[in-house]
Amino acid sequence: MEHYLNIAIRAVFLENMALAFFLGMCSFLACSKKVETAFGLGIAVVFVQVLTVPLNNLILTHLLKEGALGWASPALAKADLTFLSFILFIGTIAAAVQVVEMTVEKFAPALYTTLGVFLPLIAVNCVILGGSLFMQERDYTFAESAVFGVGSGVGFLVAIVAMAAVREKLAYSNPPAGLRGLGLTFVTAGLISIAFMMFSGIQL
Amino acid sequence: MSAISPATGAFGKRERAALLDPILTNNPIGVQVLGICSALAVTTRIDKALVMGAGVILVTMLANLAVSLVRNHTPGSIRIIVQLAIIASLVIVFDQVLKATLYELSLELSVFVGLIITNCIVMGRAEGYAMSNPPGLSLLDGLGNGLGYALVLFLVAFFRELFGAGKVLGFVVLPLAKDGGWYVPNGLMLLAPSGLLLIAGLIWLLRTLKPELQEKD
Repeated sequence: MEHYLNIAIRAVFLENMALAFFLGMCSFLACSKKVETAFGLGIAVVFVQVLTVPLNNLILTHLLKEGALGWASPALAKADLTFLSFILFIGTIAAAVQVVEMTVEKFAPALYTTLGVFLPLIAVNCVILGGSLFMQERDYTFAESAVFGVGSGVGFLVAIVAMAAVREKLAYSNPPAGLRGLGLTFVTAGLISIAFMMFSGIQL
Repeated sequence: MSAISPATGAFGKRERAALLDPILTNNPIGVQVLGICSALAVTTRIDKALVMGAGVILVTMLANLAVSLVRNHTPGSIRIIVQLAIIASLVIVFDQVLKATLYELSLELSVFVGLIITNCIVMGRAEGYAMSNPPGLSLLDGLGNGLGYALVLFLVAFFRELFGAGKVLGFVVLPLAKDGGWYVPNGLMLLAPSGLLLIAGLIWLLRTLKPELQEKD
């Protein structure tokens, strides 16, 4: 139990996708002007991340790893297809995003109006692919990958909402002309990132 | 832009613009703010940044060429998935070559080579330029954007390695105090926040030199 809690805490605070690994920076910067939008995007990321990381974990262990295809034919018992992981992961992600979009549109129209615009964006969000690739690199089991999916998604949500809250206030500031807008956003992200570093060393 | 060598003089105006514009005047990171995602984490050392830059240059160039070649045969409704398939295949090739030749470095770059797939520059150029331009121009545009990206990566990595470890490309430039020299390294430079702050500085510099890029609001 502690092991899983540790993975989750690490994914949310210590190894925050946006602030420690710079993943999802494009949408992190583009969608953080208002807290409401940021929250919508964050929730959508959590949603898709929770689905795709465990799904890709299943694909990895049952289709790609060395010997995983042994059940199909003895000739494939030694086949190692892990080099195909990039293309299969991105395919799974694109398909999952599509399915989520259609399901949400059919059964929860209210949610769809909030998430709708962000869902297609998410298919090419680095956080999602990054989550699956970290899962592969760290060799997570199925249960670990599910926990990691939730944690990394929530970490992105926390980071982007915090960022949006600061930026709403920044609208009243008076920075040098060259720093206005984008430059100041980067400085803010850097400072939030420093703040998140105080969590380092936490071990459960 | 005035210092174009005679060798490029054989180029037409459009070719020159496709190649040179993205390097400075329309830099993908500094001006369009694309592709910062997977990049900054690899800029703690110059060699890592250079390999990453080379990967993005190659992938952007070849993806632009391939997408442009099939652009008249790609139905609009499935173009994104076609582009993703092309880009993912190219990245797999680059990743395998890297693992075969520079294994140590490929371990340090870890997931970030794979993340070239979702790098906004590659996707952005394929969708925004290669879909509507002939192959030759698209190739140059990909090369230019890749170079512009690699340039920013190199600059950030240069400062981070110099002030964080006192080295440039692994050679000692500022002798560290703990090895008997005089320089006390700035540990923050090797951590994540400094990447963001350095990019902020670069953008500030770029926008001060080119006031037309400043945001109004």
